[in-house]
Amino acid sequence: MSTPLAAGPTATPAAPAEAMVELQEVHKWYDQFHVLRNINLRVARGERIVVCGPSGSGKSTMIRCINRLEEHQRGRIVVDGVELTSDVKNIERIRSEVGMVFQHFNLFPHLTVLENCVLAPMWVRKTPRRQAEETAMEYLERVRIPEQARKYPGQLSGGQQQRVAIARSLCMRPKVMLFDEPTSALDPEMIKEVLDVMVGLAESGMTMLCVTHEMGFAKTVANRVIFMDRGEIVEENEPEAFFTHPRQERTKLFLSQILGH
Amino acid sequence: MAAVPRQPDLPPPAAATGALGWVRRNLFDSPLNGALTLLAVYLLYLVVPPFVEWAILKADWSGTTAKDCSRAGACWVFIGVRLNQFFYGFYPVAEQWRVNTCLALLVAFVVPLFIKRFALKQWLGAVLLVVYPVVAFHLLVGGHFGLAHVETSKWGGLSLTLVIAIVGMVAALPLGILLALGRRATNMPVLKALCVAFIELWRGVPLITVLFMSSVMLPFFLPEGMNFDKLLRALIGVALFEAAYMAEVVRGGLQGIPKGQFEAAAALGLGFWRSTILVILPQALKLVIPGIVNTFIALFKDTSLVLIIGLFDLLGSIQAANSDTNWLGFSTEGYVFAACVYWVFCFGMSRYSQWLERKLHTGHRR
Ligand SMILES: Nc1ncnc2c1ncn2[C@@H]1O[C@H](COP(=O)(O)OP(=O)(O)OP(=O)(O)O)[C@@H](O)[C@H]1O
Ligand SMILES: [Mg+2]
Repeated sequence: MSTPLAAGPTATPAAPAEAMVELQEVHKWYDQFHVLRNINLRVARGERIVVCGPSGSGKSTMIRCINRLEEHQRGRIVVDGVELTSDVKNIERIRSEVGMVFQHFNLFPHLTVLENCVLAPMWVRKTPRRQAEETAMEYLERVRIPEQARKYPGQLSGGQQQRVAIARSLCMRPKVMLFDEPTSALDPEMIKEVLDVMVGLAESGMTMLCVTHEMGFAKTVANRVIFMDRGEIVEENEPEAFFTHPRQERTKLFLSQILGH
Repeated sequence: MAAVPRQPDLPPPAAATGALGWVRRNLFDSPLNGALTLLAVYLLYLVVPPFVEWAILKADWSGTTAKDCSRAGACWVFIGVRLNQFFYGFYPVAEQWRVNTCLALLVAFVVPLFIKRFALKQWLGAVLLVVYPVVAFHLLVGGHFGLAHVETSKWGGLSLTLVIAIVGMVAALPLGILLALGRRATNMPVLKALCVAFIELWRGVPLITVLFMSSVMLPFFLPEGMNFDKLLRALIGVALFEAAYMAEVVRGGLQGIPKGQFEAAAALGLGFWRSTILVILPQALKLVIPGIVNTFIALFKDTSLVLIIGLFDLLGSIQAANSDTNWLGFSTEGYVFAACVYWVFCFGMSRYSQWLERKLHTGHRR
């Protein structure tokens, strides 16, 4: 695990490339508790970013602010050129462009896999059912479970459910995908099948923001790794340098905890 | 290596299987259970044979007047003679085909909804909810299209019970859902407070008071000459009252839905109403089917309280018949008949809910 893999696709976009997601001086409080402190982050189109950090450091909160599952109280968040405001129409529009995969999958248990996948395209995008189903089957094939389309989520394994959740998000043809620890609720033998799907997605050029502690994944696909601690972005770097030459003490401590046994 | 010979199949010990085994395991597995079983058998012996003798063996079934009854057993002649009134109340005999048509239409619309492979269910459901009430209303009330006007004070019997129960259920469920959603709208404090106030107010008073107020008190507050139908007032009272109960049942279901479901729906771009209707409610309502049916059954039986404001539903018309001087002394038959009719409907609802729960089970863990 400790030998750095040759970083995979490392075509880091030039700095001033079009920003897909941009956070400028974002602050957030839960009551009195200052969870996010002055977050500045630019994700260029096609860029893949891995966010890591100790538990409670605000990783989930940060990516959940991007699609307004949490509200930030100061600063600006711009998604694909549209600033997030409290306007409901605006929020719904941004959400339909931003896919999100949760730690606990959150599939809709009363709908079949296929129905889970066509729900949002049909009701948000107004895609006709037949066409939505065709798209859904394409994505189910991409996550390698087309044969499960007629089953209910409760009849699938965790790894299969998470792949359905990824397909469900992709069916909306999002411009960015957010992942919040997509593999940490899975048994070890299922982690790989989900990561493989995510690597495939990265290779297809999707803009991705992943909270994960899968360092192998970070080394293979990430353009940048971001380390958060106590609500701040402490360090960010290309994966190679991030893992071999961490600059901050806190990063070194964190890496030694998750990499060294 | 020599194969180990297989042990032969043996029959299970007789005491563990068959009727005897069942009896021993379920009725006599301890001295206390044995004693309770014997006691129960004795009580059944005391109650059942005399009832069967009264209700069936010694009962009188045919005739037209009280004199045709020997009084040794039940006098079902009384029920037979009054059956028309128990079903239609005072609805004019010549117009009763209208009630029948309404019922037949209802059955014709509802039955296909239960056929598994029927394709037009959504349309049929929409027609049932939107068109049918209008048609049924005009058929029953009349006054146009050459149909004689039948005042609601003439309605009665089981058909009136069904009207109140069905209108009550169809109105209470959606109203209850809206109230439950309103009560959970923490970001809209005024709406929330209104819903809480409504629910607590209606849950805090007995239905009988509501009905009484609607028929006796309300006219005092309405301007002179403005008076709307007594049945309509009872219907509104029943619907609002049951909606308050329904709201709490539905709220229980909403609370059982994990936060992740709301978030996943929102993250896909579904707005509040769409995520509520497509994702949350189907799960929440399924979770509380037993509670919903419980409320429906209570509602069905509560309809008998409209007696208090002078509407003659099934129970009301039976009681009216009991006080007929030609038929004095047959009230037991009347009440037994009423109990049977109510039981059939309530038991039917209960069975339906169990079937529905099984059908909607999608094998997900929770
Ligand atoms: N709804 C909330 N109300 C109050 N505090 C909260 C809430 N959600 C999270 N927090 C707090 O905010 C901090 C950051 O939480 P967050 O979930 O973003 O951390 P995280 O980095 O994702 O951690 P983990 O790796 O455990 O998922 C934590 O200290 C947490 O206790
Ligand atoms: Mg988290």
